[in-house]
Amino acid sequence: MRRYFGRKLLTYAITFFIAATIDWLIPRLMPGDPIAGMMQRTGGGSTLSPEASAAMVQYYTNLFGLNRPMWEQYLGFWTSLFHGDLGLSIFGHGRAVTDTIMAAVPYTLGLLIPAILLSYWLGNSFGAVAARRKWLDNSILPIGYLLTATPYMWLGLMLAYIVGFTFRWFPLSGGYGFNLEPALTWLFISDLIAHWFMPFFSLFLVMLGGWAIGMRNMIIYELESDYSRYLEALGAPQRLVRKYAFRNAMLPQITGLALQLGVIVAGALVTEIVFSYPGIGQLVFNAIKSEDYFLLQGIFLFIIIGVLAANFIVDIVYVIVDPRTRVAMRGGTA
Amino acid sequence: MSLQVNDLKVYYRTLAGDVKALDGATFSIADGEIMGLAGESGCGKSTLGNSLIRLDGRMKYVGGSVTLDGAEMPIWDKQAMVPFRFREVSVVPQYAMSAMNPTRKIGVMIGELVESRGLPYKQIKVELGRRIDVVGLTQDVLKRYPIELSGGMKQRMVMVISTLLNPSLLIADEITSALDVSTQRAVAETLVSFRDHGFVKSMMVITHDISILYQISDSILIMYAGKLAEKAATSRIIQSPMHPYTQMLVASLPEVGVRYVDKKLTGIPGSPPSLLTPPTGCRFRARCPLAYAKCAEEPPFVEVEPDHSVACWKVPGPNA
Repeated sequence: MRRYFGRKLLTYAITFFIAATIDWLIPRLMPGDPIAGMMQRTGGGSTLSPEASAAMVQYYTNLFGLNRPMWEQYLGFWTSLFHGDLGLSIFGHGRAVTDTIMAAVPYTLGLLIPAILLSYWLGNSFGAVAARRKWLDNSILPIGYLLTATPYMWLGLMLAYIVGFTFRWFPLSGGYGFNLEPALTWLFISDLIAHWFMPFFSLFLVMLGGWAIGMRNMIIYELESDYSRYLEALGAPQRLVRKYAFRNAMLPQITGLALQLGVIVAGALVTEIVFSYPGIGQLVFNAIKSEDYFLLQGIFLFIIIGVLAANFIVDIVYVIVDPRTRVAMRGGTA
Repeated sequence: MSLQVNDLKVYYRTLAGDVKALDGATFSIADGEIMGLAGESGCGKSTLGNSLIRLDGRMKYVGGSVTLDGAEMPIWDKQAMVPFRFREVSVVPQYAMSAMNPTRKIGVMIGELVESRGLPYKQIKVELGRRIDVVGLTQDVLKRYPIELSGGMKQRMVMVISTLLNPSLLIADEITSALDVSTQRAVAETLVSFRDHGFVKSMMVITHDISILYQISDSILIMYAGKLAEKAATSRIIQSPMHPYTQMLVASLPEVGVRYVDKKLTGIPGSPPSLLTPPTGCRFRARCPLAYAKCAEEPPFVEVEPDHSVACWKVPGPNA
């Protein structure tokens, strides 16, 4: 047991090191100069005198450490990482990256956790039921394929147009109304939920189809497996056969859930952009636009940690739910 | 008479048409009899075995009847067969290695299975423990998962599970095929001991390995291309087979103590006909050295001497 997890942890550590290195490198390979970009955006380049402008570029280049050689920047990245410091955001004009990310995290989590869990639960139930009856299968399966094949942004745009623009049932964009200040009032909370609904619903619908199809296929596969046939040959009722099939079909779905939860921190990029929802996805988009090395690398670091943590949790859950992993752990042949 | 099968026909539905895998089988198994069922791959052995307990989705019941201990089994009706399964007729499947749910402890699975058939697990637990001893396993297998058992252990465990409710008939389908020779022998002997202990009344052992049947079975039924060829006591089949197919099949077995340097071990030239469009008359005709004009008619499966039935026009007896 300890050797198994020791080995796993070592693998995760190595993966983290490589992923973080790539994460540090990639934004720096982007063409263009982030400081010049920032100057442009703020209008600093045109309104200031050339000397003042040069001084500001000098100041910011120093501030972000972009004048140092690459290897020094890389070492600095690791040192500050161990101090929990992800650097300063260029997009946020020098605001700490951690703060910028943390401001966006609640929106993304609030959007994705309900969408993933609810679609997971409902999708698996639909799928399991669909595998049971021909007519249900013939109706749920095409709907599932249609949903899962729908691009997030298309569904988002359709919802925004029909529900938001034509009927005006829900607001079109933002995390909350521009006329409100975040506060613990009923007005603000109901406004928050109204803004939350459409991005949530579009994500939920698309994911629902995928889960339903996956579960339906797994159940059918399990129902044709040898142990199901044996139980039927011994006259076991369908209830028992289905119970076993469902339990075993859940195993691959757990992996799928963990991977979904792992990329949760990445946010639903396109959905958040369509609805201008102030989550991590929107932040990634802005970070790329403004060549914000530190913000981008900070967000990706978040995603890396999220995926690794989710995988580690699945490793533990699997040991509990699937006896076959326990045998492999003791060095047996599986 | 334990099992009585009358003109049983079971076909496979395929897009190209019906595959006549079992085309009229009439035979019986006596109380306490271990009957071997042998033949080439694809001759309908497993179809016969499966049809006695559970027709799968592709199989189509065409005609005939099956009577077990005086009661007719509605083998065409999946639901109506349920009361017979496990209690009256049971199976040790071909896929015994993967027959147990991989994510349930064996004891838990057995408990859920018997309780689903309306028997309290407690009532059966002592007997289950006794039988685990009989097959040479230890009690702790019940607390283990199938993956923790070797192939031979899983096989024996499935044999115990299948016979737990003392069925009248046990169908053992190719259960020695995946095992090494010494384990084969142990499994074969376990089958005989099950009959001797009274766990099962009679048995049908499906295999393509006649040497195993020679060790354990009382009688042997030879099938060829969906039809019965010959049934007799094991010694009769081995020593004086009558059907040309049986003769060639038995002749193709190596004998202990004989060196095959000078004399080449012979096989049966040719291959069995397609069962999608089987030839009329005797199905062995094309490969049979004795075939003559009359073989264009189908030979009946008749008793030529007490407890010895053959389907061949060349055999002296009522047909000649």
